[in-house]
Amino acid sequence: MLIAETSFFANFVAETIGSNAVAPHLPVLQVAIPLIAAPLCVLFGNRTMAWMIALVTTLISLAISINLLDHVTTFGAISYHIGGWAPPLGIEYIIDPLNALVLLIISMIGVLTVLYGRLSIAQEILPRDQTLFYACLMLCFTGLLGVTATADAFNVFVFLEISSLSTYVLVAQGANRQRRALTAAYDYLIMGTIGATFFVIGIGLLYMATGTLNMADLAERIVPIYDNKTVLAAFAFIIVGIGLKVAIYPLHFWLPNAYTFAPTAVTVFLAATATKVAIYVMLRFMFIIFRPDFVTTSHILEFIILPFAIIAMFAASFVAIFQADVKRMLAYSSIGQIGYMLLGVSFYSEKGLTATLIHLFNHAITKAALFMALGAMVYVVGSSMLNRIQGLGKKMPLTSLLFVLASLSLIGIPSTAGFISKWVLIEAALEKQGHWFWVLIAFLIVASSLLAVIYIWRVVEMLYFKEPMQNVEIKEAPMGLLLPTFALVIACFYFGFDTSLTYDTAEMAAKILLGGAQ
Amino acid sequence: MLDPSTLIALALIFPLCALITNYIFRNQANLRDGLTLLSAAATFITVVILAATSDMTTQQSHVLLTILPGLEVAFKLEPLGMVFALIASGLWIVTHLYGIGYMRGNNESHHARFFACFCVAISATLGIAFSGNMFTLFLFYEILTVSTYPLVAHKGTTDSKKGARTYLGILIGTSVGFQLLAIIWTYAITGTLDFTQGGILEGHIGAGMAAILLALYAFGIGKAALMPFHRWLPAAMVAPTPVSALLHAVAVVKAGVFTMLKVGIYIFGIDFLASTGASTWLMWLAAFSILAASIVAMGKDNLKARLAYSTISQLSYITLGMALATQMGALGGGLHIAMHAFGKITLFMCAGAIYVATHKTNISDMDGMGRKMPWVYFAFLIGALSIIGLPPLGGSWSKYLLMLGAADNGQLIMIGVLMLSSLLNVAYLLPIVGRGFFRPLKAGDDNGGPVKTPVLTVLPPLFTAFGCLLLFFYASEIVAYLEPIVATPAK
Repeated sequence: MLIAETSFFANFVAETIGSNAVAPHLPVLQVAIPLIAAPLCVLFGNRTMAWMIALVTTLISLAISINLLDHVTTFGAISYHIGGWAPPLGIEYIIDPLNALVLLIISMIGVLTVLYGRLSIAQEILPRDQTLFYACLMLCFTGLLGVTATADAFNVFVFLEISSLSTYVLVAQGANRQRRALTAAYDYLIMGTIGATFFVIGIGLLYMATGTLNMADLAERIVPIYDNKTVLAAFAFIIVGIGLKVAIYPLHFWLPNAYTFAPTAVTVFLAATATKVAIYVMLRFMFIIFRPDFVTTSHILEFIILPFAIIAMFAASFVAIFQADVKRMLAYSSIGQIGYMLLGVSFYSEKGLTATLIHLFNHAITKAALFMALGAMVYVVGSSMLNRIQGLGKKMPLTSLLFVLASLSLIGIPSTAGFISKWVLIEAALEKQGHWFWVLIAFLIVASSLLAVIYIWRVVEMLYFKEPMQNVEIKEAPMGLLLPTFALVIACFYFGFDTSLTYDTAEMAAKILLGGAQ
Repeated sequence: MLDPSTLIALALIFPLCALITNYIFRNQANLRDGLTLLSAAATFITVVILAATSDMTTQQSHVLLTILPGLEVAFKLEPLGMVFALIASGLWIVTHLYGIGYMRGNNESHHARFFACFCVAISATLGIAFSGNMFTLFLFYEILTVSTYPLVAHKGTTDSKKGARTYLGILIGTSVGFQLLAIIWTYAITGTLDFTQGGILEGHIGAGMAAILLALYAFGIGKAALMPFHRWLPAAMVAPTPVSALLHAVAVVKAGVFTMLKVGIYIFGIDFLASTGASTWLMWLAAFSILAASIVAMGKDNLKARLAYSTISQLSYITLGMALATQMGALGGGLHIAMHAFGKITLFMCAGAIYVATHKTNISDMDGMGRKMPWVYFAFLIGALSIIGLPPLGGSWSKYLLMLGAADNGQLIMIGVLMLSSLLNVAYLLPIVGRGFFRPLKAGDDNGGPVKTPVLTVLPPLFTAFGCLLLFFYASEIVAYLEPIVATPAK
């Protein structure tokens, strides 16, 4: 019965998306449908209905993003004019392999988060808040998709704010379990707002200097005025502003608390999407709007991005080793992993950017799987502290196994997705042969990944070598939590073997960034 | 009928079948261990058929899947790997029987988990043996590390966890920190990782950089226990003896030196190493390792620790054979894999048999035990003589070839090192036997008849001791079989 309905629904979606009436409008529907779904969640006022709406919405988004990715990798970029107004007057959406990959990450994680959230949100959030919670989740989802799809600089800001504001609410929902979620959300609000302000100041300066907000137009008009102080200031504001969202090393202070105290489902969603989208925005502004020439003359890559990336790789991983709360440990690990992505950018080569984009994808699925597996433990034992999850290897064998498998991908053991990222990144470093410096960088990459072995191994030893807490009834987590986790763990291994989707798309996107094929 | 690809797949899958039966029948000891024995036999037969039927000269690669362009999971048959696979799968049968005797005789816990991890380790070892490129080898190398971790930590005591942590730390650390880097470096400059006759690096890298790359490989292959990355081997001796016997005298350490030979022969190429002199430093380090480990071994009273250091020393023989960069040296290294495997597994199984029967671990407590368990001590003596390299035992040939290799290269000092090492072997191995037979029993030891030793812990070492003897007479066949690996490639 359920299967029949599901397949009917899937067929219906596939046919609709493929039809001539709908197909040309997919770029905007991708964003518009979740936007409409958000108020619907509230209007129905029933948490089961809200969950259903969220699930259907994310599934439709996933279908659209797969369709778009397939389309742009075979036929090239799509330009969509909202309301039929041609740019630069109207707002333009552009879908190319670069953002199609990011759209896929967002919608894929969206589906799994909602599936996972069925149980975990029901447990962690007060029943009366749940419809509102799903509405916020849909808004956040909309915001991230919008940021990714749009080709209008101001529109980026608008959607960034939509996603950020809803994120603050989502993080604060953790207060039901731990009151500190409120201060975490508040910190994030302050930092995020500073970032957004910087970002909008930057865009304002750009508008003053060029008189346009369309990305393609901006890119053209900036070229003659590279030396203009306004443009330089705009660049600085934009990079710092978005750097806060990325959690580039010294701007990362909001991240650990936000990830630690947010409800599990929110942590999963944020860890896998929010920072990734921010990195995407940074890449698009750096390489598409300001163009590679500008970036190289500004020396930002070698003097700012590269050193901070390396500091992040070591410092954050090092701090992760000493965390007593596994959720916080994974949060610090995320900061370190962002370091890898930025390192790839700083290589300023096709391989390097490919590595960044592959890691964007691979780390999203890996970290989401880890947070989900950990969340399943939290669901049962009520805490993610090391001393509370000890001995769960015996009591929750499946959950523990999933955690261990996902962490293999985080470490980058061969046959996992994480290994592919690391491989390409190191290859990118060694490709720049002829200089000792790059061999050293390659060595630093592997050395820092050994820190991951240490912090992950602490957890593994706790899980398997300690006796479980007595006096607490512990049994395996419900399938509703384990199945989405399992799906992601499978993906972690699948993309360790079949790289045709990740590598080829990332390579295509890297070419676009460096101004090759359009 | 059966093409090589299918046979290779079967050889890798049979041990994994045993993994499944170990899980299903985890509570029915006899059925479980019987099925595992069956799959061990099936694995061995598959490898034998593979060795008998396939043509090693084709250099045909069996690609399983392609991950990135030039980065494939692929298998290739060549004599060195074949010999390694035969040894590992053959000795698995022997060790499995021994393991049953040991685990039951010693009342160890978690038999099913123990034998299951064993199966995975064997499958990974065969994967290493058959791998067609460096990436595939690395993949199975890591699987081997991870799957043996639970074996090392088996007892679950604080000591064994500490040992296991050292084990995992050093092996993962070196392999990810150095070896992976070396592999990616190779890939970045040559665009391939295939094991190719005559090497792939020639013309892509200068002499100085080649030495650095070789260093990354040599230290990255932590399983070869080259000093200073040898600490994991003594640490891993906390494992039950069957583990030490198969994994730390045969599978794991041999996987290490096997990788070392593969890198030397098929990645760098013997001629390339000789012409650039990139491996000269490695030769000296290996010589140092040989002597230093032997000297440390003399000071160890714990029998397994002494054998562990002896292993470190013997492994460096093989590294030395590669580093000599002569054909004879490489052949001697390849032969030594086989010879040392039989000798050292005999010694370890005897140590385990003594432990099961008397619960003694220190050599100084074992005075007079030889008269109580003469067969075990007899097997130990044969194994020790083979390690020392006395005819008519297998170990003498590999040492002879290594010396020839050193002579070819004009390295007279290396010949001296090998001879000195033999003397040191005599000094730390034979006293164990001597004390066993000629010293009076210690006070407190029951002076009655022979102690009870489970028959399954005595027969396997006798069998492998006999193998040492047999290998002496069949060494020339093995050498002839291995010879193609150093043949100059047709250009």
